[in-house]
Amino acid sequence: MKTIASLHIGEIGFIAEESLSNIPLKLLEMGCLPGAEIKLIQIAPLNDPLYICVNGSHLAIRKETAREIKIVDVLDE
Amino acid sequence: MSSINQTIQVALIGNPNTGKTSLFNLLTGLNQKVGNYPGVTVDKKTGTCQLSNNIKAMVSDLPGTYSINPTSVDESIVLKTLLNAKHDKTPDVIVVVADIENLKRNLLLFSQIKDLEIPTILAINMADQMKRKGISINLNALKEELGNEVVLISARKSEGIDNIKKAILTSYQEAKAFPLCNINHKIDAAYFQNLKAITSEYSLYELWLMITQDSYPDNLNDETKKKLIVFKNDVIKLKKYQHKETIYRYQEINTILKKTYTVDQSKATDLRAKLDKIFTHKIFGYVLFFGILLLIFQSIFDWASVPMDFIDAQFANLSAYAKKILPAGVVNDLITDGVIPGIGGVLIFIPQIAILFLFIAILEETGYMSRVVFLMDKIMRRFGMSGKSVIPLISGTACAIPAVMATRNISSWRERLITILVTPFTTCSARLPVYAILIALVVPNKKIAGFLSLQGLMLLFMYILGFATAVIAAAILHKTLKVKTKTFFVIEMPDYKLPSIKNLGFEMLEKTKAFVLGAGKIILALSVVLWFLASNGPKSYDNVEKTILENTSNTKLSDTELSKKVAAAKLENSYIGIMGKAIEPAIKPLGYDWKIGIAIISSFAAREVFVGSLATIYSVGSDDEDTATIKQRMASEVNPETEERRFNFPVGMSLLIFYAFAMQCMATLAIVKRETKTWKWPLIQLIGMGALAYLSSLLTYQVLS
Repeated sequence: MKTIASLHIGEIGFIAEESLSNIPLKLLEMGCLPGAEIKLIQIAPLNDPLYICVNGSHLAIRKETAREIKIVDVLDE
Repeated sequence: MSSINQTIQVALIGNPNTGKTSLFNLLTGLNQKVGNYPGVTVDKKTGTCQLSNNIKAMVSDLPGTYSINPTSVDESIVLKTLLNAKHDKTPDVIVVVADIENLKRNLLLFSQIKDLEIPTILAINMADQMKRKGISINLNALKEELGNEVVLISARKSEGIDNIKKAILTSYQEAKAFPLCNINHKIDAAYFQNLKAITSEYSLYELWLMITQDSYPDNLNDETKKKLIVFKNDVIKLKKYQHKETIYRYQEINTILKKTYTVDQSKATDLRAKLDKIFTHKIFGYVLFFGILLLIFQSIFDWASVPMDFIDAQFANLSAYAKKILPAGVVNDLITDGVIPGIGGVLIFIPQIAILFLFIAILEETGYMSRVVFLMDKIMRRFGMSGKSVIPLISGTACAIPAVMATRNISSWRERLITILVTPFTTCSARLPVYAILIALVVPNKKIAGFLSLQGLMLLFMYILGFATAVIAAAILHKTLKVKTKTFFVIEMPDYKLPSIKNLGFEMLEKTKAFVLGAGKIILALSVVLWFLASNGPKSYDNVEKTILENTSNTKLSDTELSKKVAAAKLENSYIGIMGKAIEPAIKPLGYDWKIGIAIISSFAAREVFVGSLATIYSVGSDDEDTATIKQRMASEVNPETEERRFNFPVGMSLLIFYAFAMQCMATLAIVKRETKTWKWPLIQLIGMGALAYLSSLLTYQVLS
C-alpha cells in the first residue's frame, strides 16, 4: 500500500482512515487528518524531509513519519 | 466603582507566523518589558495598554503554538499559564490571533482555548490580504456560529486595533465563557462523565488536559490529583481519545467554516511555489544559504567595526578626561581604571549584536528560516541534531545564551541536548574582541591578491574552526550519548512575507537590550573586582614602593622610568599578580606569562573580559597618563626572557585556539543548567571544552615555536 513517502512531487492522495493511530497528535492537530487531501510539494535535496500541503497547512515532515501514514486514491495533479 | 483605576490581565495566543507579536507591539507600543516565567527561563513579554479612561490591560505575549497539547518547552509555557489561570491573576481575557489564510488550523487552537471557559476573543489578522487571496468571510455568521466575538484586523496596516480594545473591554465586562466543543458527547460519554464528577472547580477540558499532559495547577488539592491520576493508567485509551478529540474538533470547525468562509482558488498566486523552487533547490538553495551566511559575517566584521572603533575611542577619551578633572586618589582610579573601561567593554558589543539580531529577525520574519531547516535537516541528523539546530548555531555567533534558549522548539530531547552542548563552540561575539585584538597583533595587515585581507581570512578561519568543532563534537556525542528519546519532527513552511520594519526594530532593540543588561552586569562587576585585585595586595604590597625607591636610590633613573618600575612591581605583588603567578607553571607550556594568566582567570566569567583585564593590567602596570589604546599597550609588551615581543605569532595563535575551545562563560553555563535541569551537562561542557582548549593550545604553541 502507498504511503506519503511513496508520492511523487506534485501527486495528490488522501490519507487512509486506518492510519489514524500512526499519525502523531501534533501532525493531526496541524491538519493532517484521515480523509484529508495531501499533496507532495517538494523533496529536500538529500531525499528527506518531505514538503507537503494538507488541509491548507504547508509542512515539512521526515520520511520516517511519512512512511507510517498510508494514502489512497493517488492522482496526478 | 467606575472611578477606580483597574488593571486586567490579557493574554495573546496564536500559531507561529500569525502576526501575534505585531499585534502585541501595536497594543503596547514601547511600554514593554521582558521578564521570566516563574520557574522557567522563557522570556515573558508583557506590556500595558489603556483600554478606557480607568481600565488598563496588562498584555502578555505567549509563545506561538499550534495547540495547547505541548510537544516542546516553548509550548508547555502556554499550557502552564492557562491551567493556572483561574487561581492566579492571569489572564482575564484571552485574545487568540489567527491568520486569515490558515483559519481552519488556527481555529483548532481557538476551540481548545474556548473550552477552558475563559472569556476569549478571536482576532483574525491579515484581513487586508483577503481580496488578493480571494477569501471572503461572513463575519456576522461566524460570530453567531462560534458564539464569540470576532474582530478582523490588519496588524501590518494598524487596522482594527481600536476594535480589539473595545472587544477586550466588553468580554471582560460580560465575562461570558462557555465551551465550543463538548468533547464528552462525541467520544465516550460515560468516561467523561466520570472525569467531570471529580470536581466542579475546573472545566471538563481543563481536567482532561491535566491528565493527558500530566500537568497540574500549583494549588490543586492532593485528593483531586489522586483521583485524576487514576485516569492516566490507560495510556492507550488516552492517546486514542486525544486523536478522536482532534478529529471531532476539526469536524466542528469544518461545519462552521462551510457556512462562513470561502476561498476562490483561481485567485491564489504561485509566488510561494516560484520562490520555493529557488530557495529549496538542490544547488542554488545551498549556494544562497551560504551566501547569506557570508553576508552576515561580512557585516559583523566590516560594518560593525566603524561604530566599534568609535565607541572604543570615546571611552579612552572619557577615561583620560575623567582622570584629569577628578581629584587624584582611590575614587579617581576606581572610575578611570575600573568603571569606565568596564562599561566601554560592554557597550562596544552593541553594533555587532544588533546587526546579528537584525539579520536573524529578517530570516525568521520572511519565512526563509523554515526553508533552511528543510534544507539542512538531513545533514544535521547525521550529527545527531535536527534541521532546527541551524537556528541556534547561527544565533550562537551572536551569543550562546539566546542560542541555547532557541533550542526549545526542537521537540526531540536528544537532538536538543546535543545542540545545546555544542552551541558554545560557535564563535560568539564575546570572542570577537579577543580574536580581533590578537589577530591585529600577530597577523600582518597585508592583502593577498590585492583585495583579500590576511587578517580577515584569519578571522574567517576562526569562525570555520568554531563551526567545524561544533559539528565534530556533535558527531562524537551522537555516537556516545546514551539518551533514548522518540524523535518526531515537523515544521511549518510559512508563506513568504516582506518583514515589517517596525517589528524588526522592536526585535533588535529588545534582544540587544537584554544582552547588554544581562551580560553587562557581570562584565562591569568583574571589571571593578579586577581593578580592586590589581591595585591591592597582601601586607608586603604596601612596602613595594619603598623597597624599589631604596634599591634604586643610587641609580640615575628618570622620574617616568622610576614610576613605571614601581607600578610594575606593585602589580606583580597585588592579589591578582599572585594569582597569575600561581597558575604560571601550568600555562607556561602554552606560551603565556602570569599577566596573560590573570586575563585567562578573569575570562572564566566571560571571555570578553580578556581584553578588559589586559587593559586594566597594562594601564595599572604602565601607569601612563596618555590615552594609548589597549592594542598599543599590548604591542609594546616585551617578554623579559627572550627580549622579544610578548604577543608574538606562536603565543597569539595559541591564545586564539584557547579562546576558540574553552568554555569561559558563566552565564552560558548557568543557562545550560537551567535548560537541562542538572549540573551534569554544564560540567561536562566546562571540563571537556577546557581539556580540549588546553591540549590544542599546547600543541599549537609547541609546534609553532
